[in-house]
Amino acid sequence: MLYFVQQLANGITLGSIYALIAIGYTLVYGILGMINFAHGEIYMIGAYLGIITIGLAAVFGISSTPVALFLALLVAVVVTAAYGWTMERIAYRPLRRAPRLSPLISAIGMSLFFQNAVQLAQGAKDLALPPLLPGGFVFLADSRLPIQVSYVQAILVAVTVTVMAGLGLFIRLTRTGMAMRALEQDQVMAALLGVDVDRTIGQTFILGSALAALAGVLVSLHYGLVNFSIGFLAGIKAFTAAVLGGIGSVPGAMLGGVFLGLIEAMTSAYLSTELKDVFSFGILALVLIVRPTGILGRPHMEKV
Amino acid sequence: MAGRPSRCRALATALRDALWLGLLASPLVAFDLVPGYERQPRLHWQLDDLGIIVAGVFLARLAVLVAGCHHLGLRLSQLTSHGRQRLARAWQQGRRWPALTLTVLFGLAAAFPFAPFVSRTAIDVATLAGIYVVLGLGLNIVVGLAGLLDLGYVAFYAVGAYGYGLLYQYCDWSFWMALPVCGLAAGLAGLVLGFPVLRLKGDYLAIVTLGFGEIIRIVLNNWDSLTNGPNGIMGIPRPSLFGLEMSRVARDGGHTFHQFFGLDYDAGHRLIFLYLLVLGLMAGTMLVVERLKESRLGRAWVAMREDEIACAAMGIDTTLTKLAAFGLGAAWAGLAGAVYAARQGFVNPESFTFIESATILAIVVLGGMGSTAGVTCAALAVVIIPELVRELAGFRMLIFAAVMVGLMIVKPEGLLPARRRIYDLHPDDRRSLEQDRQSLAEVHRQ
Repeated sequence: MLYFVQQLANGITLGSIYALIAIGYTLVYGILGMINFAHGEIYMIGAYLGIITIGLAAVFGISSTPVALFLALLVAVVVTAAYGWTMERIAYRPLRRAPRLSPLISAIGMSLFFQNAVQLAQGAKDLALPPLLPGGFVFLADSRLPIQVSYVQAILVAVTVTVMAGLGLFIRLTRTGMAMRALEQDQVMAALLGVDVDRTIGQTFILGSALAALAGVLVSLHYGLVNFSIGFLAGIKAFTAAVLGGIGSVPGAMLGGVFLGLIEAMTSAYLSTELKDVFSFGILALVLIVRPTGILGRPHMEKV
Repeated sequence: MAGRPSRCRALATALRDALWLGLLASPLVAFDLVPGYERQPRLHWQLDDLGIIVAGVFLARLAVLVAGCHHLGLRLSQLTSHGRQRLARAWQQGRRWPALTLTVLFGLAAAFPFAPFVSRTAIDVATLAGIYVVLGLGLNIVVGLAGLLDLGYVAFYAVGAYGYGLLYQYCDWSFWMALPVCGLAAGLAGLVLGFPVLRLKGDYLAIVTLGFGEIIRIVLNNWDSLTNGPNGIMGIPRPSLFGLEMSRVARDGGHTFHQFFGLDYDAGHRLIFLYLLVLGLMAGTMLVVERLKESRLGRAWVAMREDEIACAAMGIDTTLTKLAAFGLGAAWAGLAGAVYAARQGFVNPESFTFIESATILAIVVLGGMGSTAGVTCAALAVVIIPELVRELAGFRMLIFAAVMVGLMIVKPEGLLPARRRIYDLHPDDRRSLEQDRQSLAEVHRQ
C-alpha cells in the first residue's frame, strides 16, 4: 500500500511534466490543426537553457540557490518562447495554406534541425547538473517503506497546478485568450471580426514554448541530466497525453498527462520498466478505439 | 534608381534576421562551461562559431531577399522558365512514349553497376536508395493515395526484416522462400493494425500508428529469447541466384556463383546482384502501384482521400478500401524489409526507429503525394544526397533538416505533384467545353 502511494507520487510528478508539455501540443493543434513535432525539442532546449543559466550564475558568483533557480526559469522561459515564436515564423507561417501534411514535414525537419544543432553546439554527452535542492519530505519515516517526496517533486507539482490554473484563467478572461478560442472555432470568421490571426498564432506558440521550457528546467532539476535526444520521447509522450485527454482541450491535456504519468509509474513499478511504453501506447490505442476523440474531447461533428 | 531603397531594405532585413537568430543561438553556441576543480565552472568563449552563424544567416537571407526582388530575380526566373520549358518539353516527349522512356531509364539503371567509374560503395548506396524507393511507393499507397496518415510505417519494414531473419535462424529458410512470406506477414500485420483503427480519423490515426511502430520496436528490443534483444540477428545469408550462392565458399551441398561460371571470386558480384534484385523489385512495385492507381480500388482510395462521406455515399465500402490500403502498403514494406535484411546481413531494433518512419513519410511528401515519379526522385535524393556530403559529418543531418524545411516552404506540394488523371473527352466535347469556358470568362470580365 505504501509502495503504491510512493508510486502515486512519482506518477503525478511525471504526469505534471507531460501535462506541461502537452499544453503546447494541444493549443497549437486546436488552432492550426497540425502536430508540432518540434515541440519536444523546444522542451529540450528549455532544459539546456536552464542548466546553462545555472552554470552561468555560478560563474558570476550568484551562490543563492533560489536566485539562481529563479534566473534559470526566467531565462529559459523567455528565450525558449522566442525560439517557439521564431520557429513558427520560419517554418510554419509560410505554410498556412499548404496541403495538410506539408507543415508536418516542416515540423519534423525543425525537430531534426534542433536536435542536431544542439548536439553540435553542446556535445552528444549528457550534461549534468549538481543537485541544487537536495532532500525532501519524508512521510512515515519510521515505517518499513517511508514515502519520499523530494523538494523538486513538490515544486514541480505545485508549479504545474499553479500554471494550469493561471492558464485556464488566461484563456477564459484575457483578450488574447479570447482570440485564441475564437481562432480555434473558426479562423476566417475570427479574422473578419478583427482578430489578428498571425499575431495570435505567434502568441500561442510563445505560450506553449514557455510552458515547455518550464517543464524542461524542472525536469533537469529532477533528474539532474540533460541530453540532446530527450525531447523526442518526451514529446511523443506529451502528444499522447494530449490525445488521450482530447486534443484541443486544455483540461484534457492536464488530465491526459497525469493519467499517462500514473500508467507509466504503475507499469514500471509492478510489471516491467522496459515495457512501460508498450503499455502507455497500448492504453492510448484502447482509449481512442473506445472513444475516438479522447477523454474530454468534444465529439467531432461531421458537417456535410 | 528604383532598386536602391529596396536593396537597402533587404540589407536591413537580412541584418535584423541574422542578429535575431544569432541572439537566439548565443546561449547554446557562444560559450562553453568548463567544469572547474571546485564546484564553480569556468567560462570559455567561442565567439567565432557565433560569428560564422550570424554571417551565414546574413548572407543566405540576403541572397533569398535579393533573388526575390527585381533584376536578379527576373533574370533568374527567365533562366529557370527557359529551363523549365525545356524540361516540360522533354517531359511531354517522355509522356508520349512512357514505355520507351521507362525502358531506357531502367536500362541505364541496370547498366549502372557495370560502368567503369562506379565504386562498390556507389552500388551499395544505390541499392539502399532502391529499397527506399520501394518503401516510399508503399507508404504512398497509404498516405498519398488513400490519405491515411501513417507514422508507424517502419513497423512493417521491421516485420519484413525480422521475418527473414527469424525464418533463417529458426527454420533455415532461404531468401527466396522467405521473401513472399515476409510480404504476406507484413500485409497481415497491416490488416491487424488496420482493423482497430478504422474508426480513427486524421491525426488520431497518426498517433496510434506511431505508437504501434514504437511498440514493435520495444518488443523486438526486449523479447530476448526470440529476437536476441538489442543485439539483433547476425549472419543472415545473402540471396542466391537459382541456388548459386554469392559467397566465397558455398555452404555444404551448394555451389557458388563464381565457380559455376568459372569466374574469379569478387565481392562486387554480390553487390551487383543485390542491386539488380532491388531494381527488379522497384520496377515491380512501380508497375503494380501505377496499375493500382488506375484501378477501381485506386480510384476509390483517391475518392476516400478527398471526401470520405461523399465516397461512402457513392457506394464505396470505405472499410474494405481502408483495409486494402493498409494491407497493400504494409506488404511492400515487408518485401523491402526482407531485402534490407539480406543487404545488411544482420538486423537489430536500432534500424527501425521513428526517424525511419519520418524519413519515409518525408519522401512521400517531398516527392508529391500520390505521384510515383515524384516519390521515386525524392527517395533517391533523400538517400543519395546525405551520402554525397559525408565529409560534413555532423553537419550532414543539420543540412538535411534545413533542406527539408526549405523545400516544404518553397514547394509545399512536393517536387513533382501528382496530376489528376483527366479522363479523355471526345475532341468535339473538348472544343465546346473550351468555348463555354471562354464565354464564361467574358461574362466575368464584364
